[in-house]
Amino acid sequence: MTLDDLMQLPQYSVAQADKEAVLLAELTRLGKHHRQRSPEYARLARIMFPGSADPHNLADLPYLPVALFKEHLLSSVPESEVFKILQSSGTTGQTPSRVVLDRETAQLQTLALSRIMCSVLGPNRLPMILVETADLIRDRRQFNARAAGLLGMLNFGRDHFYALDSNLELRLPELKDFLRRFGGAPFLMFGFTFLVWSRFYQPLADAGLDFSHGILIHSGGWKKLQEESVSAADFRAALRQALGLTRVYNFYGMVEQVGSVFLEGDDGYLYPPNFADVIVRDPTTFEELPNGQTGVLEVLSALPRSYPGHCLLTEDLGVVHAVDSPSCGRLGKAFSVLGRIPKAELRGCSDVIAAKVS
Amino acid sequence: MTTSSTEKLKHAFVSALGVSPDGDFDSMAYGQTPGWDSIAHMALISEIETAFDIMLATDDVIGMSSFLKAKEIVTRNGVSFA
Repeated sequence: MTLDDLMQLPQYSVAQADKEAVLLAELTRLGKHHRQRSPEYARLARIMFPGSADPHNLADLPYLPVALFKEHLLSSVPESEVFKILQSSGTTGQTPSRVVLDRETAQLQTLALSRIMCSVLGPNRLPMILVETADLIRDRRQFNARAAGLLGMLNFGRDHFYALDSNLELRLPELKDFLRRFGGAPFLMFGFTFLVWSRFYQPLADAGLDFSHGILIHSGGWKKLQEESVSAADFRAALRQALGLTRVYNFYGMVEQVGSVFLEGDDGYLYPPNFADVIVRDPTTFEELPNGQTGVLEVLSALPRSYPGHCLLTEDLGVVHAVDSPSCGRLGKAFSVLGRIPKAELRGCSDVIAAKVS
Repeated sequence: MTTSSTEKLKHAFVSALGVSPDGDFDSMAYGQTPGWDSIAHMALISEIETAFDIMLATDDVIGMSSFLKAKEIVTRNGVSFA
């Protein structure tokens, strides 16, 4: 089996051991590729992971803390081949991450995302509701991360309808028109989790509209909802009960690995696509933890060619629940993201590495 | 009939991307031709669907990376350019 097979095979259909064998070869090769093309990465890998040239499993592969992309522009392509530089939104006061894309990596990302989304949407584009304001993408010179996330999803829809106005208020009459036109057959909905909750579900909770043919894909994190004590299960239950929405898929992803998103299954767990994986590490020793134990998530992806982002230690806590135990028909690791790692530990880690690099 | 399909496709490009009707269509490519960004791409898809009365699948949308690719994809959707 090759990487190409992993892309072409139905997503979530590859058993963990088979996937790991292909990914180990592919990511080892990618590591070599980045060491040759990015002196900065070569130096980091050497300092942080001496003796890692011969990895025996995915956990042996050198990984970078995701925060490094805030402090360093890590590139494995000459400047002439840079297609665009992605920038994370970054909360106020934080330096945004910057990720260098060449044409090949950008295309791989688009293709990969479509493989993942088509696994729940099918091959045809569906009429689409965006729980967003059209203003978000009006200024075409400058897209923030929210806009970039939205743009990536537009490909999967047709007859795009922006359900929010400039003030992020619901455009109710137009929404009703959309439902009259398209509500009787499958349609797609996309939005950021908190906006879906506060600007869509809440104003519609008692409206009695029928979204039972809708497929909702949402992302962006649970932090704000956790502050309101709304869990992922509450979210799903509320949408099902008030809107008749039964097909709801959250995904976990980051600007440092665009295209390589972890999409929720019908059981509410997240699953890596064929060409990506997750590892849970102990937050103090960074050893791989057994399933069922909470630790720091490392994300692996075969997509990044133009920047050394194939193995990244995130700032998120997570847990792997099961492997190849398809409670929803998917193979691979079933996992959950449990929120941000407490700040102090992560700063420590990234400071040490930042000091080593500079 | 031949010219008409090509002309229709060119017209969709002109109207969605704002390119010159006298431009070198065969060299136009997504992300390279000024005006052909991801938002204009959606407009282009919609223009093409309306012009030829076809429905393009997701793979067609992400595969439409140049004018020549567009021709190929529209052909595959049952439109004759020959």
